[in-house]
Amino acid sequence: MSIASTNRMTPYLFLAPAGLVLAFALFYPICYMIYASFLDWNPSQRIGEAEFVGLRNYFKLFGDDAFRESMGVTLKFAAVVVTIEMFLGVGLALLLDRNIRGMSVLRTLFILPMMIAPIVVGLMWRYMYHPTVGIFNKTLKSWGFDGIPWLSDGSWAFASVVIADVWQWTPFIFILSLAALQSLPASAIEASKIDGASDWQQIIYIKLPLMLPVLIVTLLLRLIDSFKVLEVILVMTNGGPGLSTEILSLRINRTASEFRELGEAAAMSNLLLIVLLILTFTMFIYNKAQDARAARLRAVEEEA
Amino acid sequence: MPDIRLQNLRKDYGAVNVIENLNLDMADGEFTVLVGPSGCGKSTTLRMIAGLESVTGGQIMIGDRDVSRLEPKERDLAMVFQDYALYPHMNVAKNMSFALRLARMNKADIETRVKEVAATLDLTAYLDRKPAELSGGQRQRVAMGRALVRDAGTFLFDEPLSNLDAKLRGQMRAELALMSQRIKKNMIYVTHDQVEAMTLGDKIVVMKFGEIMQAGTPEELYRNPSNKFVAGFIGSPTMNFLTAELVEEGGTLSAKGDGFAIPLPDARKSSLQVHKDRQIHLGIRPSSFAEGPGGLKMPVILSEYIGAQSVLISELGGERVAIEVNTVVPIRAGEAREFTVQGDEVHLFDPKTEAAL
Repeated sequence: MSIASTNRMTPYLFLAPAGLVLAFALFYPICYMIYASFLDWNPSQRIGEAEFVGLRNYFKLFGDDAFRESMGVTLKFAAVVVTIEMFLGVGLALLLDRNIRGMSVLRTLFILPMMIAPIVVGLMWRYMYHPTVGIFNKTLKSWGFDGIPWLSDGSWAFASVVIADVWQWTPFIFILSLAALQSLPASAIEASKIDGASDWQQIIYIKLPLMLPVLIVTLLLRLIDSFKVLEVILVMTNGGPGLSTEILSLRINRTASEFRELGEAAAMSNLLLIVLLILTFTMFIYNKAQDARAARLRAVEEEA
Repeated sequence: MPDIRLQNLRKDYGAVNVIENLNLDMADGEFTVLVGPSGCGKSTTLRMIAGLESVTGGQIMIGDRDVSRLEPKERDLAMVFQDYALYPHMNVAKNMSFALRLARMNKADIETRVKEVAATLDLTAYLDRKPAELSGGQRQRVAMGRALVRDAGTFLFDEPLSNLDAKLRGQMRAELALMSQRIKKNMIYVTHDQVEAMTLGDKIVVMKFGEIMQAGTPEELYRNPSNKFVAGFIGSPTMNFLTAELVEEGGTLSAKGDGFAIPLPDARKSSLQVHKDRQIHLGIRPSSFAEGPGGLKMPVILSEYIGAQSVLISELGGERVAIEVNTVVPIRAGEAREFTVQGDEVHLFDPKTEAAL
C-alpha cells in the first residue's frame, strides 16, 4: 500500500472502534426488533422458539381498532401539546427577553420543570388532580364550585395529561427561543425602532422571521419527543379512562407486558419508529437546505 | 428642518459616568461630525440623539421640542448604522420601504419613492436581492437608501464607512459629500477617522473622555487648535510635538530647544510675555517644514515616498519628527538636509493644561 493511501485511511482507522460500538449499540437492537416484528412470540419462549409469521402482526395492527385509536390519540396529543407549548414558550421568551433585575433567577426557575424526572412529574400531577384531596378540586370546592373529574372522565383526562406535558416541556421551547432571541442582530432591531416599528411590529416583522430557523428545529425536536412520551401518562392515567389517553408508547408497553404479544409490540414500535424517522428526515433535509443556501449566498458574496 | 441643541447632556452606565455636561448647538441643515478616539462618547451621544440610549440628565432639543424622553420613532430621524443593520430576511426593496410601509403610505407612492432613491444609488438592479447576496459596498448603499427614502428631518450616521475597504471608503465619502449638498438636512456623523471628519463636516466636534475638546469648522480646527489633543488629532500626518523653552534674545522671542531655536513673530510677543523663560510644548505640522538653505540641518532616517509627496522621518531635539515635502524624485534615507520653519506656523501649548498659548 502506498503512503498516500495509508494516509487517507488513517482517519477511518481512528474512527473504526467508535463506529463498531455505534453499529452494535444502535443497529443490533433495531435489527432485533425488526426481526421480532415478524414473529408470533410469547415472553415465555426464547426467540428461536417463536413461530415466524411474516407480515401477519402488521396486518393485524391495521385491522385493530384499539391500535388505530391509540395512533389517533398520539397524533392528537402531539399536535395539541406542541402547538400550545410553541405559543407559550415563544411568548414567554419574548416577554422575558429584557434586562431587569432578578431576570436570570426567573429564567432559571422557568426551566426547573424540565429537570424533574418524568415519573415524579406524573406522581405530582396525579396527586394534584386527586378528586378529593388534590389541590385543584379542594380549591374549587372551597370557592363553592363542583369538583372536576380530572382523571376519571375521558375528555378531562386528555386535557389533564396535556396540561402536565405543557407544564413540563414549555421551558424547553422557552430556553431555545430565548437563546435565539438573544443572538438576533441588535442593530437590526434598533434600525426597526428608528424606522418606526412598535414593540408588536418589531416582534412580527423582525424578531419572529429572524428566529424562524431555530423555531422550526425546536418544533421538530419537540414533536419527536412528544411521540415518545410514556412515564407521565403511565403514572397519571395508565391510558385510561377507556383508551382516552392511551398513546402509542403506552399501548406498546401494555401489548408486551399485559397481552404478552412481543411480536405485535415490536411491529408497533417499528411503525412509531417510521413516523419518527420521517420527522427526523424532514429536520435533516431542512438543515441541509439551510446550509446549502447559506453556502450559495456566501459564494455569491465572495465573488462580488 | 429645525436646529438641534444638546443641553447639559449626561450619561451614566450604573456608577460609570460616560458623558458629563455636554453642550452643543447644531444649526439647521448643518453637517456636524463628532470625531474622537474609541471610548470618547461620540457614539453614545449619537445614540442618545437617536433615542436608542436613555438620557441620564439634560435635554436634547430638536427645534423647540424636547425629544430626550421620546421614542426614536417620534423624533423624525433616519439612521445609518456601522454594520448597516439591514433586515436579513427582506430584499432590498422591502428593506428600503420598511419605514414607509409601517407609516401606511400608499403602495404606489412607496414604489415610486423606492425606485427614485434606488436609481440615485445605483441599486435598481438589486431591488429583489437579499442583503446576504450583496457586496459590502452595495449593502452600505442600501443602508443609505433606507435612510433616504424616509425624508426625515435629521440623518444620523454611526461610522457608516468603517467596514469598507480603503478604495470603496474614498468613493462613498465623495458620494456622501455630494448627497449632503443635494439634500440640505441636519446630518450628524460619527467617525474616528479625521480625514472623513475634515472632508465631510461643516462643523467638527472633537471629543475625548466624554467632553468636547473643540468644535468648529475644519479650517478653524486645523489652523487654530485650542489644545494639544485637537492639534494632534486633526491633520495627517500628525503634528510633531517638541519640548522647548521661551527665551528672549535681542528683542525677539523664540522657542529654543535642544539644537534648534525658532524665532516667533512679534505679533505674539505681548501675549506670550507671561510664559517667558518657561517650558512649553511646541507643535509643528509636518507640512510646515520647508526645505531651504540656512535652516536646521536634519538627518533623514526614513523616507516614505508616496509620489508627489514624501514623508521623511527625522530627528530634532531628541524627538522623532515627520516632515512632509513635495518630491519628484525620492529622497534617500541617510542624507542630511536643511529645513526652515516659519515662526507663524508653529503652535505653542502649555505643558500642564495642554491649552494653546
